[in-house]
Amino acid sequence: MYPIVRKETLADNIILMDIKAPRVAKECLPGQFIIAKTDEVGERIPLTICDYDREKETVTIVVQTIGAGTERMMSLNVGDALEDFVGPLGCPSELCTEGNLEETKKKHIVFIAGGLGTAPVYPQVKWLYEHGVAVDVIMGSRTKDLLFYIDEMKAVAENVYVTTDDGTYGFHGNGCQQLEALVGEGKHYDVCVAIGPMIMMKFVTILTKKLEIPTIVSMNPIMVDGTGMCGACRLMVGGEVKFACVDGPEFDGHLVDFDQAMKRQQQYKTEEGRAKLAYEEGDTHHGGCGHCGGDK
Amino acid sequence: MEGLVRVPVREQEPKVRATNFEEVCYGYNEEEAVAEASRCLNCKNAQCMKGCPVSINIPAFIAQVKERNFEEAYQIISESSALPAVCGRVCPQESQCEGKCIRGIKGDPVAIGKLERFVADWARENGIKPKKAEKLNEHKVAVIGSGPAGLTCAGDLAKLGYDVTIFEALHRAGGVLSYGIPEFRLPKDKVVAAEVENVKALGVKIETNVVIGKSVKIDELMAEEGFEAVFIGSGAGLPRFMGIPGEQANGVFSANEFLTRNNLMKAFEEGYETPISRGKKVVVVGGGNVAMDAARTALRLGAEVHIVYRRGEEELPARKEEVHHAKEEGIIFDLLQNPTEILVDENGWVKGIRIIKMELGEPDESGRRSPVEIPGSEYEIDCDTVIMSLGTSPNPLISSTTAGLETNRRKCIVASEENGQTSKAAVFAGGDAVTGAATVILAMGAGKAAAKGIHEYLSTK
Repeated sequence: MYPIVRKETLADNIILMDIKAPRVAKECLPGQFIIAKTDEVGERIPLTICDYDREKETVTIVVQTIGAGTERMMSLNVGDALEDFVGPLGCPSELCTEGNLEETKKKHIVFIAGGLGTAPVYPQVKWLYEHGVAVDVIMGSRTKDLLFYIDEMKAVAENVYVTTDDGTYGFHGNGCQQLEALVGEGKHYDVCVAIGPMIMMKFVTILTKKLEIPTIVSMNPIMVDGTGMCGACRLMVGGEVKFACVDGPEFDGHLVDFDQAMKRQQQYKTEEGRAKLAYEEGDTHHGGCGHCGGDK
Repeated sequence: MEGLVRVPVREQEPKVRATNFEEVCYGYNEEEAVAEASRCLNCKNAQCMKGCPVSINIPAFIAQVKERNFEEAYQIISESSALPAVCGRVCPQESQCEGKCIRGIKGDPVAIGKLERFVADWARENGIKPKKAEKLNEHKVAVIGSGPAGLTCAGDLAKLGYDVTIFEALHRAGGVLSYGIPEFRLPKDKVVAAEVENVKALGVKIETNVVIGKSVKIDELMAEEGFEAVFIGSGAGLPRFMGIPGEQANGVFSANEFLTRNNLMKAFEEGYETPISRGKKVVVVGGGNVAMDAARTALRLGAEVHIVYRRGEEELPARKEEVHHAKEEGIIFDLLQNPTEILVDENGWVKGIRIIKMELGEPDESGRRSPVEIPGSEYEIDCDTVIMSLGTSPNPLISSTTAGLETNRRKCIVASEENGQTSKAAVFAGGDAVTGAATVILAMGAGKAAAKGIHEYLSTK
């Protein structure tokens, strides 16, 4: 069992949890992820690592409700425990690697975090800060209520630019428009790291292709085991089949086939919706979902 | 004609079982087992034992069944096998022990597999456990993977008194027994969990949720955690795809994904959150045991299922019993046919599959006649799901993170067949990680050989 030692509400439907997981906390690096499972009947849910504390042996995860599985996980409290927690999975971010540090130090780097993407961006920015690399961060969200970690990010980034689609906080617009504005003002970037919803990463890569900025994205497709076994997370990168769980999750954004990846993301949409419905309605659920047999 | 025909085994009616996940075969009861055991000729030079990869003393245990000494029969099997309830169900007996049975020359061979299963089930129902080591030694051994190879190796070492810890990447022990082989062929709680408990009863510890190569590396296990030897039984988990157009479409799954969702994550059972795609018309590509498992699972989830295989009936690599069961249940076999393209609708979902007919040509170097396409024979099948069951290969996570561990060009770990020794000192390996995808019992044989190898290595160190 993996105890929950801290729980905070970050924003609407977004929860942060520190999980005691000694093996993961000892080995994990920025860019990697974990898979968590609430209990016997729960799904295996891949989640990005937002922070870690090697001494306290904890790993910080950020969860957003998207289905029955995440909703039940978020309903747990300090003192409860997750039944399963495995990782670190995937490859560490190439920028946050000691061996590449001299090269990285020469680069002007901009991160674009969309929505929940703030969680995986933060440990990278923090690692770079601790290794003497100053970077810019654009944090975008739909609206003010969904923003989180602004102060934490400001503490480790050179400049933080916050954007909201509806203008309720910071720059009125999205991350792409902010990047375009910064470049227009004369900022120069050698590398862009974009992490967030697939649609956002797609549009960032279209823009950075035009601006000729090499771009790294972190893919978050459907997966089951996270070790290369199921192949559910496969995606096309530069015309080749890659598994996000073992080959990624980071890829050259200009080579990823986002349209196909977004279609694959829809694969279980209805199934997830049905599971969520059954969970919310509980015993009062009597068919109609086409899944539980209640309407047979 | 006395004794020529084996005692038939009771099974669930095909029409009934096609709609549920209950076990297909009920197994023998005591009377049936004793009657079948009486058919054994108790050969002095027992051929059946030569066909068993773990060398179970078959005539000896059957003789005990005949005398109704079921506990004694169980202890005889346990000396050689850690997983008799599993092997009695999934071993390809027709090409191993039963294939060599003298009774088989004129009539049916003795139903050794069904007898083994009976003995193991009887022992479980009567609370009999395998015997624990009397004296423990101080040596720590790490076993990677809790599938058939790992469980066998761990069990054998524990019996010799070693302090053994198994590291399992998934959240449940059992490896392919848990994620791969379906409930209706190998019940998870009743059989697999019970066999795992038996191995734990020998003193073996199991730590789940540890991905070796990611959570911790082999060198760290030895340098920091005090393990003196390591056995790698990590299996062959990577799925293969065909590389044909349309393979990335929604509705195309590896058999691994489809079976893992259903077996390990219990997607078929109400109350479990993991989703699964319940196709209406499913095409399974491949002809091995895994293909049969995927097909029969899809059938039970409510689909019409076709198996498309590029060779003929004789060449199907699956066990005869599985093919027979699949046919009884209504799986449609489209043999000597091969997919060339998966057809995709405008939303990215599978809508059909294009197939070309094949004929068998000259035998290749393996002796199998290789299939050749018949020009102009292509046609299309409408379907909404395609499951690729083309075999698997070993996962490079361990070999790529362990310096000095040699692999061959198929990414299999190079290890001695005799004792499991790899190119790296104190590291042994066996099972599918070494051979590529094979059978449960061959992996168990390799786990056994490696346990012996590790014992010799640590005794002389």
